Amino acid sequence: MGKVIVMTSGKGGVGKTTTSAAFSAGLASRGHKTVVIDFDVGLRNLDLIMGCERRVVFDFVHVINGDARLNQALIRDKRLEHLYILPTSQTRDKDALTREGVERVLTELREQFEYIICDSPAGIERGALMALYFADEAIIVTNPEVSSVRDSDRILGVLQSRSRRAEEGLDPVREHLLLSRYDPERVERGEMMKVDDVLEILAIPLLGVIPESRSVLKASNVGTPVILDPQSAAGDAYRDAVGRFLGESLPFRFMRPERRGLFQRFLRRSA
Amino acid sequence: MTAPVRKAGPAEETVSIQFRGGLYTLMRLKISNPRDQAFFTALMTKIAQAPDFFRHAPVVLDLQDLADAPPFNMAELIRRLRQHQLVPVAVANGTDEQNKSAINAGISILRGGGGGEAAVPRAAEISVLPTGEPREASAAAVPAAGQTLLVTQAVRSGQQIYARHSDIVVLASISAGAELLSDGHIHVYGTLRGRAHAGLKGNGAARIFCRSLEAELVSIAGFWRVREDMPDDLIGKPVQVFLKGEQVVIEPLP
Repeated sequence: MGKVIVMTSGKGGVGKTTTSAAFSAGLASRGHKTVVIDFDVGLRNLDLIMGCERRVVFDFVHVINGDARLNQALIRDKRLEHLYILPTSQTRDKDALTREGVERVLTELREQFEYIICDSPAGIERGALMALYFADEAIIVTNPEVSSVRDSDRILGVLQSRSRRAEEGLDPVREHLLLSRYDPERVERGEMMKVDDVLEILAIPLLGVIPESRSVLKASNVGTPVILDPQSAAGDAYRDAVGRFLGESLPFRFMRPERRGLFQRFLRRSA
Repeated sequence: MTAPVRKAGPAEETVSIQFRGGLYTLMRLKISNPRDQAFFTALMTKIAQAPDFFRHAPVVLDLQDLADAPPFNMAELIRRLRQHQLVPVAVANGTDEQNKSAINAGISILRGGGGGEAAVPRAAEISVLPTGEPREASAAAVPAAGQTLLVTQAVRSGQQIYARHSDIVVLASISAGAELLSDGHIHVYGTLRGRAHAGLKGNGAARIFCRSLEAELVSIAGFWRVREDMPDDLIGKPVQVFLKGEQVVIEPLP
């Protein structure tokens, strides 16, 4: 029986899709059969980030409506044999996500996959609710700034009251915090919230801290999950987070500014 | 209700036989109790209201309500309907048993259509918008017969335009994530970046023409080609797309 993991945040632009792409690729590269689903009906982007936009024929909404079979809509990643993508429709809206339809698709996916990653849209409306409703685990993607933290707090409340596990009185959804776009230098200057400040407010276990990195934007534009970039600090941080998710105990990196000599400082200035 | 019906073309001098797909509108008659005399009385009253409309009208017998009903005489039902000048051509939503007796009585079986179970698309067949009507410009997208739908503005991501019973001409570009649907041809005088479905109801002679091909997907009569399968040397070029057998062909415009 596969596990359903929702990537959610409340706020937009914090890195849910980047994280969904990186996490699913990370799990698959460790041999776990993984599928990542785009729940952002009408504003689809996951296929671009995963670099499979040229192969989309059928999508999640077609499967929900019974117009295509699941296996017709699943796209197999070309880089990782255990990774599949279920893209969504750009021409429909969130009303296309019915609870029965989503449940049917997820039930079928649970039989085929170890991990089902649900890339949630921003907000706390229908799309986000459908993405989190059937979740077993939730990864809350948060940026170190007050508005993002407040929205994450809100979505945690939604998870604890309106998910299926909450409604049916089962074990609660397991929550993980993933702090993204973390810039230790700006934290040191007092321009950004510290990891500890965020943890104090949200009070859920920390899964990873992803440093702000140019490689993330580059990876998005070329359609490669950043975790597959061996030179990227963000990629390293995502690999660590996947390891922790799978139960490994790894030290946190990228939380302090890099120590640089005078010469490197000079290089950075002139760059 | 529409249902696809296969129709034999006229025999040609070369003795070649042509089967061609065609789409016709058929009436569905819901059969709730084939033995109930009240049903036939009500039917007679209905027909009397518009006798010309119903005379020799082909009808599909919808057996959805009879799934658990005891067996009945299909031939007798058909005979009685013919007495009312209706022409039963097929059954829909029948049980295996009922379908068998329909075949024995000389009428056909229609699968899919509204009300019944959803038809599963074949491997090389795309089905778009079977549930719910296309939105966005669709209200304006019903030109009178013989006319062509003309779109002068860019079609943005997420928009969907359906030219029902007609061709569509777009003087601007189609963004990625936008969708054009037409029962006939599609002409795009800008760049085609989104999806284009021509011959949506099965017209294999429909074509797609565009000034610059960067499409995500093109389809003709249900046969498609995604961007990845398009030849690189034609990307960004003026092309036409047509169907050759079951093959979607993309050719540079002369």
